[in-house]
Amino acid sequence: MRNVRDWASKHPTFAFAMLAVLLAVLPFVVGAGLGKGWVRVLDFALLYTMLALGLNIVVGYAGLLDLGYIAFYALGAYLFAWLGSPQFGLHLPFWVVLPLGALLAGSFGVLLGAPTLRLRGDYLAIVTLGFGEIIRIFMNNLDQPVNITNGPQGINLIDPISIGGFSLGDKHIVLGIPLFSPTLYYYLFLAFTLFTIFVALRLQDSRIGRAWAAIREDEIAAAAMGINTRNIKLLAFAMGATFGGLAGGLFAAFQGFISPESFNLMESIMILCMIVLGGMGNIPGVILGAVLLTVLPEALRYVGDWQRAALGRVVVDPNDLRMLLFGIAMVAMMLYRPAGLLPSRQRKREFRAEDGVAEQEQASLYDVQA
Amino acid sequence: MTLLAVDNVTKRFGGLNALEGVTLSVNAGEVYGLIGPNGAGKTTLFNCMTGLYTVSAGAIRLQDTPIHNRKPHHIVGRGFARTFQNIRLFANMSTLENVMVGRHVRTRTGVLGAVLRDPRSRAEEGAIHDRSMELLDFVGLRNRSRTLASHLAYGDQRRLEIARALATEPKLLALDEPVAGMNPNERREMGELFIRLRESGITLLLIEHDVKLVMGVCDRVAVLDYGRKIAEGVPDEVRRDPAVVAAYLGGAA
Repeated sequence: MRNVRDWASKHPTFAFAMLAVLLAVLPFVVGAGLGKGWVRVLDFALLYTMLALGLNIVVGYAGLLDLGYIAFYALGAYLFAWLGSPQFGLHLPFWVVLPLGALLAGSFGVLLGAPTLRLRGDYLAIVTLGFGEIIRIFMNNLDQPVNITNGPQGINLIDPISIGGFSLGDKHIVLGIPLFSPTLYYYLFLAFTLFTIFVALRLQDSRIGRAWAAIREDEIAAAAMGINTRNIKLLAFAMGATFGGLAGGLFAAFQGFISPESFNLMESIMILCMIVLGGMGNIPGVILGAVLLTVLPEALRYVGDWQRAALGRVVVDPNDLRMLLFGIAMVAMMLYRPAGLLPSRQRKREFRAEDGVAEQEQASLYDVQA
Repeated sequence: MTLLAVDNVTKRFGGLNALEGVTLSVNAGEVYGLIGPNGAGKTTLFNCMTGLYTVSAGAIRLQDTPIHNRKPHHIVGRGFARTFQNIRLFANMSTLENVMVGRHVRTRTGVLGAVLRDPRSRAEEGAIHDRSMELLDFVGLRNRSRTLASHLAYGDQRRLEIARALATEPKLLALDEPVAGMNPNERREMGELFIRLRESGITLLLIEHDVKLVMGVCDRVAVLDYGRKIAEGVPDEVRRDPAVVAAYLGGAA
């Protein structure tokens, strides 16, 4: 790993070009090597990368544990479905709906963040978990008295993204190369993921990013140094939620169908796990976590086939195995790499500090803050 | 000219009156000492003044504007910064980053500026960096700018906290036991830093146990005991005040 990094830092242009080529041909290589289904897995890996990067702003940068993050994904997805499906007979173009979805999710980020401002740690996690469930339960039940969400059946026939008549939902042949829908979406998602990475990187290294880090390190000291902790925390919720909403809209267009089922608590936990596994606060780590946790469960499906081939029947359901391995992986990680696979330098130090005696005293100094 | 006026401030924690009708005023340009035995309420008063505690009764005014029960960032914005008795640095950030956080309240770049890095935002970021380096220079930490705050020597951490507070451009700087736990050499250096701070036009409010230091650098001193002010005046008078002697040496003395 270090050798690769040294080499890449010596030849930045070449390394960058190689990465670009690799990302460009990836869907073809994967599609040819593993089958077309795997291109869809790649698409989801990109979606989850966006989600994980968004949640990383809240959890990794600002240190606010949010267990209801999937709600913003749901809001983005539902807004896309409402404005681009037969549900209300609306078919607005994606470049109107996607920003609206991001905006709606961002506003809800502030709305749901506001009541939690005084909470920390476990308490914050429980309240955000509740908010996440509230949104899902609303979506599940808002089919009456007026049918808004179509309830548990979900919304079907959502418009695919189409750019000037070029629908990403159909197969196209460009320059003699057949491009299937998942491949087309791959490039779209890749563009959005790169955009998300760009924004996340720039935010991290800025006045706002420093303020988030300061709040994470010591909220009282941050306030006493003139940081408006309320606004800066709400900003973190809003920014995270915005990316969640954006990813949600893309998800709705890609799937063509959404239902409350897709936005359950397990999804929130998965996204959090991606961050924790990869390395909280560190963008390469978060990307690695998201890709690993999307791709590995898919790979485990083969285990069922092997069992059938070797034993004639499926002894252990791959789905159960998935949770088992997942649990083992998490425990192993907490033991051997508690700061994640690719931790940020600062986070690594924080974990080390907590090991020792140097944990800063968190006096209950606040009684004026609201 | 009165810079900070504390008017009849009371702070109750349940049945305990940590502060009882404390009144004092700090003039612009002076070094004002706040002394008293352990548990006298000095830090409580600091926390009330800087917005970490609400006051139960009374008023605190900075240049005639009430600041009691306002949020800390608002008070910092009005030009009143502080340090902490038990150092509260951002331990896992570099020395320079700590000071840069202090510039937050005097700068404006938002999300859009941070993402786009337009010329104005870049200029501001550059200015934050340069000003922070100047302040590190001022407190003598320039060559430690990349060191982690938690890796600094104890005395340097105290100095860094002062630099971070200075980054908010305070008119009034409140230091909570800035030389606690320092050796004589470090104390002397810190005393010199106070003189330089005063020369740069900043009013200092000092909580201190080291009576020699207090008597040496302070223009005026107030003494707290059991949440009440028992004396105020120039150091020499206060030192001879029978109430102060009794508070420090016990009632029988």
